[in-house]
Order: sequence, then structure tokens, then C-alpha cells
Amino acid sequence: MRLPALLTTGLASFFLILPALSFGKPSKEAEDAKRQAKLFQKKLSKDQQVQHALDRLTFGPKPGDIARVKKMGLKKWLDLQLHPERIPENRDLEAKLQPLESLRMSPMEAGQHYPTVQMIRAIAAGRQPLPEDPVLRASIQRWIVRYKINKNKEDDTEMEPAKTLEETLAPPELYTLRNGKPDQKRQLLESMPADKLEDVLVALPRGQRQQLFNNSPADVQRRIMLLNSPQQVVAYDLLQAKLLRAIESNRQLAEELDDFWFNHFNVYYDKGSDRFLIPDYEREAIRPHVLGKFRDLLEATAKSPAMLFYLDNFQSVRADIDANSKRKVKRGLNENYGRELMELHTLGVNGGYTQHDVTEVARCFTGWTIQDPRRGGAFFYDDKLHDKGEKMVLGHVIPAGGSIEDGEKVLDILAAHPSTAKFISTELAQRFVADNPPPALIDKMSKTFLDSGGDIRQVMKTMLDSKEFWSQGAYRAKVKTPFEMVASSVRALDANVTDAWALANQVGNLGEPLYRKQEPTGYSNLNSDWVNSAALLGRMNFAVQVSKNQVQGVKTAASQSAELIGSPDFQRK
Amino acid sequence: MTSRRVFLKGSALAMFGVGALPAWLSRSVYAGDSSERRKKILVAIFQRGAVDGLNVVIPFGEQRYYELRPSLAIPKPDGTPMSAVDLDGFFGLHPSLAPLKLMFDARQLAIVDAVGSPDPTRSHFDAQDYMESGTPGFKATSDGWMNRALPKIAGPGSPIRAVSLGASLPRALRGRNDALAVNSLNDFQVRDPKAAAAFESMYEHTVDPALSGTGKETFSAVKIMQSIQKQSYTPANGAKYPGGRFGQNLQQIARLIKADVGLEVAFADIGGWDTHVNEVGAQPALGQLANNLADFGQSLAAFYRDLGDRMADVAVVTMSEFGRTAKENGNRGTDHGHANVMFVMGGGIRGGKVYGDWPGLGEEQLNEGRDLALTTDFRDVLGELVSKHLGNPNLKAVFPGYENPKFRGLLG
Repeated sequence: MRLPALLTTGLASFFLILPALSFGKPSKEAEDAKRQAKLFQKKLSKDQQVQHALDRLTFGPKPGDIARVKKMGLKKWLDLQLHPERIPENRDLEAKLQPLESLRMSPMEAGQHYPTVQMIRAIAAGRQPLPEDPVLRASIQRWIVRYKINKNKEDDTEMEPAKTLEETLAPPELYTLRNGKPDQKRQLLESMPADKLEDVLVALPRGQRQQLFNNSPADVQRRIMLLNSPQQVVAYDLLQAKLLRAIESNRQLAEELDDFWFNHFNVYYDKGSDRFLIPDYEREAIRPHVLGKFRDLLEATAKSPAMLFYLDNFQSVRADIDANSKRKVKRGLNENYGRELMELHTLGVNGGYTQHDVTEVARCFTGWTIQDPRRGGAFFYDDKLHDKGEKMVLGHVIPAGGSIEDGEKVLDILAAHPSTAKFISTELAQRFVADNPPPALIDKMSKTFLDSGGDIRQVMKTMLDSKEFWSQGAYRAKVKTPFEMVASSVRALDANVTDAWALANQVGNLGEPLYRKQEPTGYSNLNSDWVNSAALLGRMNFAVQVSKNQVQGVKTAASQSAELIGSPDFQRK
Repeated sequence: MTSRRVFLKGSALAMFGVGALPAWLSRSVYAGDSSERRKKILVAIFQRGAVDGLNVVIPFGEQRYYELRPSLAIPKPDGTPMSAVDLDGFFGLHPSLAPLKLMFDARQLAIVDAVGSPDPTRSHFDAQDYMESGTPGFKATSDGWMNRALPKIAGPGSPIRAVSLGASLPRALRGRNDALAVNSLNDFQVRDPKAAAAFESMYEHTVDPALSGTGKETFSAVKIMQSIQKQSYTPANGAKYPGGRFGQNLQQIARLIKADVGLEVAFADIGGWDTHVNEVGAQPALGQLANNLADFGQSLAAFYRDLGDRMADVAVVTMSEFGRTAKENGNRGTDHGHANVMFVMGGGIRGGKVYGDWPGLGEEQLNEGRDLALTTDFRDVLGELVSKHLGNPNLKAVFPGYENPKFRGLLG
């Protein structure tokens, strides 16, 4: 759980430093605050500065990074990280992202490329016609030509493959597939042309297909997933990309901020259509704006099908719409987005809004919906659904008779609000400086936010120019999140990653399943939420596995490294 | 008593060495904490996301319920599985909770209605935080009510006194007393003995303020867990837990209780209650809420069955951060509301009754004209359990700032 900024003042870091601290002992708290404040005045040595920059602004240093930054000069390195467009991207990374095709698809395409098993079965059995849409038709045909059509079979039974394994493979190949060692099977699958590979995978029973998964190259894994659980293919691509970018991107700060902003504007993979809306969301709404204007980022999320679906606004309509209709279920207003927009995206929970503001904001966003929401349609403003009455939001009158601009005005009001400046600055400082950042730093960052019209790059620059960032109060003050811990391990070991799926699952086991935070709060930014017995044991076990090369797709030469990765010090950044 | 217990623990470790502590001995080490009676255990369950209490315990005796919820209301009890399960002629259980009726009839399940936090917030986050800190409206509280509820003991207690099931330690259990987060009992270990020894030493000696305490707690708990891990677990009395995370977590709590390793408080949560849209399916008794309640109810029923006679020492209490709007919204769902419902279950509970003062659903009776009004503070319920069940008389320290709790008489 992420504690909203205002809550944490004087709370979070004390909690860990003084676990015995309890209700009603302000003097000890005050004392500690004083000590803490002094630490934010104490400077870092030159070496500490470089270490600190790499700890905080990247997913941890790789061997040689410290020397590279020193050679380039810290100032120049920081400036480049603030301008990722000037940094050439790692070619190896780009090659690894290439096969993850759903990352580049529109929601509609993602829905069409990964038809559900039920759909394929129904069409293969002749109960449903082939869809007219050419892409969907082709992606279904790709599979159904490989099955025998049997109209009498039930929906949930396995379909009979058109060609058996014996018909597809030569006897020695068949022997290897059945009796070979994992490495031999892997080689065999890698050597096959795509067509033959798909014949083989279809001919295998589901369970045997799944057994091949763990030892297969990424390309084969993806095909197995397409057959066994197509609804997971997009997740597979997203998770691979998230880990690979954190580990290998040259634009490290931008990737840190992608994680920060996605989490700030959290959406949840397992809520209905969101499973094919998220690649578009991250690509179009989040990534282009991570160092841009907050107002643009806010509107991109407000108009994204992923957010409209996740917080239900696509169904929110003016309250009187069915007043005179005979519909059994009357449609109406839904407050979910209006509330979270203010509480979590902009003002913060103590940012000065009331229940009345929540309802009024929800009215302003009526009609902000999705064209064909179950098939991956785009944002769409439907004037018929919009509440045309006058609204009052945080003391501003939104005149009657408006349309889409009502919601846009709300975004203007919220993006320029001092509470938003403070809330966003606090959240950034909690991620990059300390759980309990000094108020003086928040004031400076908030001022930049307001003066620059919500320019995130300028706010980050103010933070990076502050003495508080480069202080003993910030140095090693943060505990890594599971995602940071896993990514930084691989970087520290300079391990070669051919496939990040198993790594992503480790992040999930450690308590941070990526793209799967159900609550709109996103994951916590605070140490206290990541330090507990289950988490520590999980991290130690991960350390053992990764150093023994037991994490699929990850190879390291540093086999004696478990004690480094599992140590208390490595959990810090 | 204390010195004898510590001696036993020390000598057992000396005799068998770390990790070789046999189950029977670990039992006698920690079961003997109190010579006159076995330790009482409190299990708290948090329904995260604000469960719609009005569709959990249905006020079918009030016509307004049906007027406010034309598409959501659960029909009056008519004996079919699509209607409420009658409790007392006015209230009924959601049909998905039918397995709980058995416990209600056996007078081991009590229901408290129109209960919750007096703070008016409709933020999930703040409301959960307040309910877990036990100090509604007061944000600076750094620890949780359940940690403070642990009775004071002399000397070191069991490292497994306070346990939460899941990958993180909830707010309710944080604080000065050691408390464990356990993802799974069987995985509560470092799988490589050499690395385990190295890590134990590192975390023993670190000066890191956040990690040293947790590290030490973890390794002392690991040793006790080893005795549990050696034995496989089969639920008793034919109890069948659902396969989901919540049911499995309750099963693990039952396993810890039966292992007699000194457990006093346990915590588990279950999410998915934030039903803004499509709360019900083709019929009001089907769909999202019904499915979630089925998991919830079957898990509790399995826990009750599995523990059998041991329920005499156990009390289970459920809570959720706030209720939902009395009137349905425009999407066959409900928005954030106020008062809610709590279940209290256990051998010592005076069950078979719906407690609390029903405030009614009339326009003027609703909180802010939209939600069920609150007539019982959640601390009245928790406070009674802490003082009468756990035997911790110091309620002022458990719920600071709450002056005059009004017990409902849930326990004798």
C-alpha cells in the first residue's frame, strides 16, 4: 500500500528507525526529526555522489558504471539522463524487444491477434462462422487449419490435431522430443521452421506443451502461451519488456520514471478489457510524458481506454438519462474515476476537496467513454450521455451547456492546483530522496511545478539541484522495491538475460506482481511496506537461485554472489 | 513459569541443535506459556475494497431496501438458492453465505450490523489505514491495533505470536511486538543451508535500522517453522478449503494454531469488493459479489470445521473499511458509503444473533442522505474481543483516544 504523501510526514522513516515508538510520545519523535533534519544538511563525498546517483536514478550500477560516470562527469551524465532522447538506445535491447509484437499493437489489434481458446474451438467445430475482420480471421485460421473439425465435440474438450506428432516429426526427432535432455529438446525446437514448430505444438497434448515451456527459448514460449492461454500473451510481452528495459536500457532515469508514473496512474491487467488496453496505455499515455508536462500526462491518462475502463468512467452517464425509459436497469453516474482522479492522481487525499466535489467532477466526465469497449475501441466523447447542467468544482463554476470541455476544464483546474504541485513533488521526493523528505525540498519542487506549468523535467531538475538530494539524509535511505531489487541484482552480476519471464515472476513472488496491482493506489513507495519476514526470505532465496543460475533465462559467471545479493546492504539504494 | 519456559526452550535447542527441534518438543515449549489455560487466539480478516454490507446481511424486513436497489436487492427468503437465508425474520444472509448458517444456528457466529469507523472518509486507503491503526481520524499513529492488542508477557515470547498471511505485513500488525509476514508455511526458509547460515549472521550483525530487527525475528521463526514443515497437513473433519488465496491462507492459520507454536493473533485479507460496476449478474444472487462471498463463506466454514474443538480457543472477526451506498448507482453497482457489517465467530462467542441498532434506510435515516448510518463503532467490537477474549485489559493503549467503549455483549 502506498501511503498518500501527507500521511507520511513524520511517520514512515521513524517507524522503522524506532519500531518501539508508539502513540503519544511526541518528544522522541521531535528529537528524531531534528536528527533527521541535520542529516539532510550533511554533504556527500564525491565518490558517494556517484554511487548515490547510480543507486537512485538507475536500476542499480553495473560493473564499470561508476568509472564511466566519473569519466564523463556527473553533471553531464545527469543532464543526459534528463534528456533521454539524446541517449542512443542499447541495440541488444531493441533486438530483444522486437519479437514482443503486442507492445506495438493497438488495443483492437491485440484483441484480434490473440483470440481466446473458446473462440477458436467454436469456429473449428463449426458452431461459429469465421469472423469477417481479416486480421482476426487470419489469426484464427492459423490455428484451426491444424485441427480436425468435429461438430459434435463439447466446448471444453481438447480438439484433435489434424496431423499427429508421428506425421510431423522424423523418428529421431520424435525420440529427442520424448526422451531427450532439456537442452536437446531446446535445440530441436530452435532448429525447426515456424510452420513445423506450430504443427508440433498443436499435436502435443496441452500438459506436455506446458512442460516444454520452462526450458524453451522465448519465441517457443510465446507460441506455447498462444495455444494454452492466449489471454496471457500480452502480459508475457509487457513483463518481458518491463524487466528487459530496466536491466538493459541506456535511458535509465526514463525507465525509473515510466515505473513511477505507471504506478501513479495505476491500471490493473486482470480487469476485463484492460488486458489488451495496457500496451497502448503505457506506450501512448505514459512513456511519451514521463519528463513532459503533467497536464499532458493527466489528459493522456484521462482519455485512455485503459483508465476509462479500469475506473469505470466509460459507463458513467448523466443521472437522468433513463428517467423516462422503460429500461429495467437504469444507467447513471459513477463516482469511481472522479474520486481517484483527485485523491490519487492530483490533489492527494487532504488536498481540499469534498464529497460534493467528487460528484461534480464525475458529472463533468459523463460521456467520456470508449467506442466498442469489449473489442479495444478508442476514446470517444458521447454528448448524448453528458450531463449538461451547471457544475461547481473546487469553487470554479463550470457553466451549463458544456460538452467535452467540462472534463478538460477539470483537468486544467486540478493540474494547476497548489495541492497537486505539493502532492506530486512529495511523491517524487519519496521515490528518489527519502520516505520522509524535508519540507524545504518539497517547497522548492512545488514552486518549480507551479512556475513551470507542471513541467516534470524542471521539477526533477530542482530535485537534482537540491542539497537535500545529495545529502547523508538521502544516502542509502531507501529500501529497494522487489522490482528494483531483482533488476539491480541482474545488473550488479552483469548477467546475460535471454528471457526475463522467470525474473518477472520472481518480482511477483516478492510481493510486487507487475501490472497486477488491483487497487488504484499502485504499489508503495515506502520502506516499511517492503520490509517483513516473508519479503526478506524471498529475497534471500532469489539471491541463492540467481547466483546458482537457477533462474530460467538468466546466466551469470558470478556464482559466489548469493551473499552479496541477499545481504542487508544490497536491499538498500 | 517464564524461567521454566525459557529453560525448556534453551535446553531443547541444546539437545537437538538448531533445526532439529522435534514437533512435540516445540509444542511443549510454547504451549506452556500459561499454566492454567491454553492461549486464546484472535484471527482478524480484512475485506479490502469496501464490501457491500447491505447485500451481505440483507435487511429483507425493510421495504426501503427493495426500493433503493431495484436491480441489486436479494429477494426475501423463499427457500430457493436465489433468495436470502433467513436469520431472524428481519435479516438474512446472502445465499452465497449459506455455509455460515450452520455456525449461526450453533450460536458460534454473531453478526454486528450498522458498524464501522466513525471517520467520514470515503477513501479506501485512509479508511483501511484508520481501521488498521485503530485510531480513526488520526494519521500519525505508527503502529497497528492488533500489535498493541498482544498481551504483555515477561521474557521473550514465541517468535510466532503474531502472523499475517501474505507477502507483506499489514498495518494492523506493525509495531513494537515482533510480527511475521508468511507467504507460505512451507516456503518459510532459506533453501540453501550454507547461504542460510551466512545470511543469518549478516542480519544478526547489521546495523541497518530497518533490516536488523526483521532479520532476527525471521531467523528465529524459521527454526520453529522447520518442525511444522516436516509434517504434511490434512484438514480435519473432512474440511475442504477453496483453492483461492484466501482459503489457503485460512488453512495455514489453522495449521499454525494446531501446531501449538505460540500463535496469539493472525491476520488475513481478501480483496475484490469494490463493486462499482456489475455487482450482480443475471440475477441479484449471482455475479461478482456472489462469487466473492462464496469464496469468503466457504473458507470460513472450512476453517471452523477444520479446527473443530479448537474453536473453543479461537475468535475470528471480519471487517471492511466502509460500506457502500444504500441506493444502487447507474452501473448495477454501488459507490463508497459508510457503515457496514462485521462477523464474529468462535467457541466463546454468544452467537446466533444480529447485534447492533438498526438505523433504518429511510431518506432521513441515511448518513448524508446516501449511506447506512453508523450505530456501533468498530472499536466496540474489537475492544470486547481484545479484553474479554485475549485477556488484555489495557484498552486505552490498544485504542488510544477511545474513551468509553460500549461492549455489545458478544462474549460472556
